[in-house]
Amino acid sequence: MPLTPVLTARFDAPRSWTLDTYERLDGYRALRSALEMAPDDVVALVKDSGLRGRGGAGFPTGMKWSFIPQPKPGEEPTGPAAAPKYLVVNADEGEPGTCKDLPLMMADPHSLVEGVIITAYAIRSHFAVIYVRGEAVHAHRRLMAAVQEAYAAGYLGSDVLGTGYDLELVVHAGAGAYICGEETALLDSLEGYRGQPRLKPPFPAVAGLYGSPTVINNVETLASVPYVVRGGAEWFKSMGPEKSPGPKIYSLSGRVVRPGQYEAPMGTTMRELLAMAGGVRPGHELKFWTPGGSSTPYFTAEHLDVPLDFDSVAAAGSMLGTTALMVFDETDSIVEATLRFTEFYAHESCGKCTPCREGTYWLVQILDRLVRGEGRAADLDLLTDTCDNILGRAFCALGDGATSCIASSLKYFKDDYVALLPVEEQARLGRSLRLEPVGAA
Amino acid sequence: MSVLPGSPEGTAVTGLDSSPVEPAAPDLPPLTEQTEAEARELMARYPQERSALLPMLHLVQSVQGYVSPEGVGFCARLLGLTKAEVGAVSTFYTMYKRHPTGEHLVSVCTNTLCAVLGGQRIYDAISADLGVGHDQTAADGSVTLEHAECLAACDYAPVVTVDYEFYDQQDVESARALVTALRMGEKPPPTRGAPLTDFRGVSRQLAGFSQHADLEAERAAIDAPSAGGPTLVGVRLAAERGETAPPMGDAQPEQAPEPDVEPAGGPGETASEQAADTAVASADTPAERAGAAQHHPDTPEPAGRQPAERGREGTDTPPTSSGAGQNSSIERET
Repeated sequence: MPLTPVLTARFDAPRSWTLDTYERLDGYRALRSALEMAPDDVVALVKDSGLRGRGGAGFPTGMKWSFIPQPKPGEEPTGPAAAPKYLVVNADEGEPGTCKDLPLMMADPHSLVEGVIITAYAIRSHFAVIYVRGEAVHAHRRLMAAVQEAYAAGYLGSDVLGTGYDLELVVHAGAGAYICGEETALLDSLEGYRGQPRLKPPFPAVAGLYGSPTVINNVETLASVPYVVRGGAEWFKSMGPEKSPGPKIYSLSGRVVRPGQYEAPMGTTMRELLAMAGGVRPGHELKFWTPGGSSTPYFTAEHLDVPLDFDSVAAAGSMLGTTALMVFDETDSIVEATLRFTEFYAHESCGKCTPCREGTYWLVQILDRLVRGEGRAADLDLLTDTCDNILGRAFCALGDGATSCIASSLKYFKDDYVALLPVEEQARLGRSLRLEPVGAA
Repeated sequence: MSVLPGSPEGTAVTGLDSSPVEPAAPDLPPLTEQTEAEARELMARYPQERSALLPMLHLVQSVQGYVSPEGVGFCARLLGLTKAEVGAVSTFYTMYKRHPTGEHLVSVCTNTLCAVLGGQRIYDAISADLGVGHDQTAADGSVTLEHAECLAACDYAPVVTVDYEFYDQQDVESARALVTALRMGEKPPPTRGAPLTDFRGVSRQLAGFSQHADLEAERAAIDAPSAGGPTLVGVRLAAERGETAPPMGDAQPEQAPEPDVEPAGGPGETASEQAADTAVASADTPAERAGAAQHHPDTPEPAGRQPAERGREGTDTPPTSSGAGQNSSIERET
């Protein structure tokens, strides 16, 4: 597959973050077209394009927008349809390995702002918030400047471009909590509470921010919207597979020669991406990698030809997640890598539900003693058991995600765990080892 | 415990009054009428005032360097909450500090990917140099050290941030030199991010205000470098190869710097390099020149290693001077 810079096309332009550059390179043209369309037609266009959420779950974007209850023509609206609608941008990028939204917000913040305005118009919202991860201070700075420029140019505020449409957009900094990337935790945080997830249903489309209908979209998703409007649904679908089309920013990191952001059609394989990035560092070979961040089960060299789109990756036993391709070679210990990820989940568990709060704590204890060479033969089963008691039992996806690296590393690299056991414990394995895959119990 | 929790006046006294925060430092700058006016400005930005609580806590830190008991009370009073309610929020988030921070906050990513590439060794070395551990401040008050979770810069790993501005592709020596410079009162420029002010200054930015009083400095901060090699590697490779996305239906009056492939060779030969040359030449403020130069393909990245050197990663010998890295096994020497 060739590279297809769309979202990244302006990254190398001089002063790419300014309104001048953005407008010179076709910026805000899509907004003008969208404002000439009926809001429902914008929703239909995005539905037709097949755009799926780039935040990890891959939910169809246009469908998400269409869930917002809207007043029916000729009827007095009641319930959620009568309530204000909100658009919230999830810019709380923090999943280990994920580094696609920050570069985009720094290099081309106006593309996100334009996507926000079009989307807010489509769902008939008059108040939108970009919730930026607190540590992403330079992105926050650039976004604040871009929003200010957009207000001054008449793209935001009252009577946008003389159309009578009003929109306020606030850039809001978080304060360091990975869980706030979970959409309902983000809403609680945005309302000024501890960022803990809410029970669903009701879904945010019905009862979101301040209990009102709310769309929450990822940065890359919304930044794609202006191109869908300009290029049309067919153009968007001309890249990538039919069921998950469009260009995608793949973030390669770790043991590769040229790490960085590579934008290519959905469905590009790791083999192709690795070739672009100069391959694994010389003299070493790929051992394991993540297709979409630390919450997605590991892949190995066997998976180099899996097309990296939502459905193909799921069929191969992992998740596309945020296309955060962390590459590790034979010098890296998978058990230690897994311990680090697990420490992350234990640290970031919000404490609301018992399986995740307690489970991640104990997973760290078990992995830590394995890494220290003090593991017991029964620990491998214990890891699986503990994962089984988190997966599907936690309040939100953080707990599920915490089990991915453990279950997949046991699946592909059981021997690496066994090698860490003291000799006498290894001898006991023949009697005690069950090693059923997580979820099989 | 004179008043029970639940008081709408923010006067409740609970166990939280003493536990989440330490006693106020004696020389704490006061939260003034000006601070209150700014807090009210934040409250007015949202449909519901309580949404301003996180920005207000950043604002408190921008004045006092941490979330002090006074700051908790300040937010509670303005929002009609109890101090317990505000304390419950401020203690949930890692960026709200419970005791006074140094002039700068140094965060070292020790999550898996950075750790594998040397982040743990960097943390250990700095920790040994400063004689402090996680969330502790050097005796001279210059620097607070913390190990951070993933900072969303894995393509630049291993990364260190100072006041949340990025210092990319660090190694033990470059990171130690950085911290040494900070302790001597210098402010080395970040690889990506604005020229440093201090922890309080950047907290003001996060509260939702400019951290600079004058417009020129504000503009320079906005225009400071943001995109190094890894951000641009894909788009430059596409230009080199002449690869593009399919053309859009609508007419495009002007294109982004487009590939005009010429044999690779000396400087300024490809279209993107020429564009970068032009950008450097035409920039008319120091910040722009710095920004444009940062984007120039020929410019070495400050305080970091070249991508070409990455092949040697993991073959470094651990520094022996401080014994750093001896207790971290995640990074394998080969």
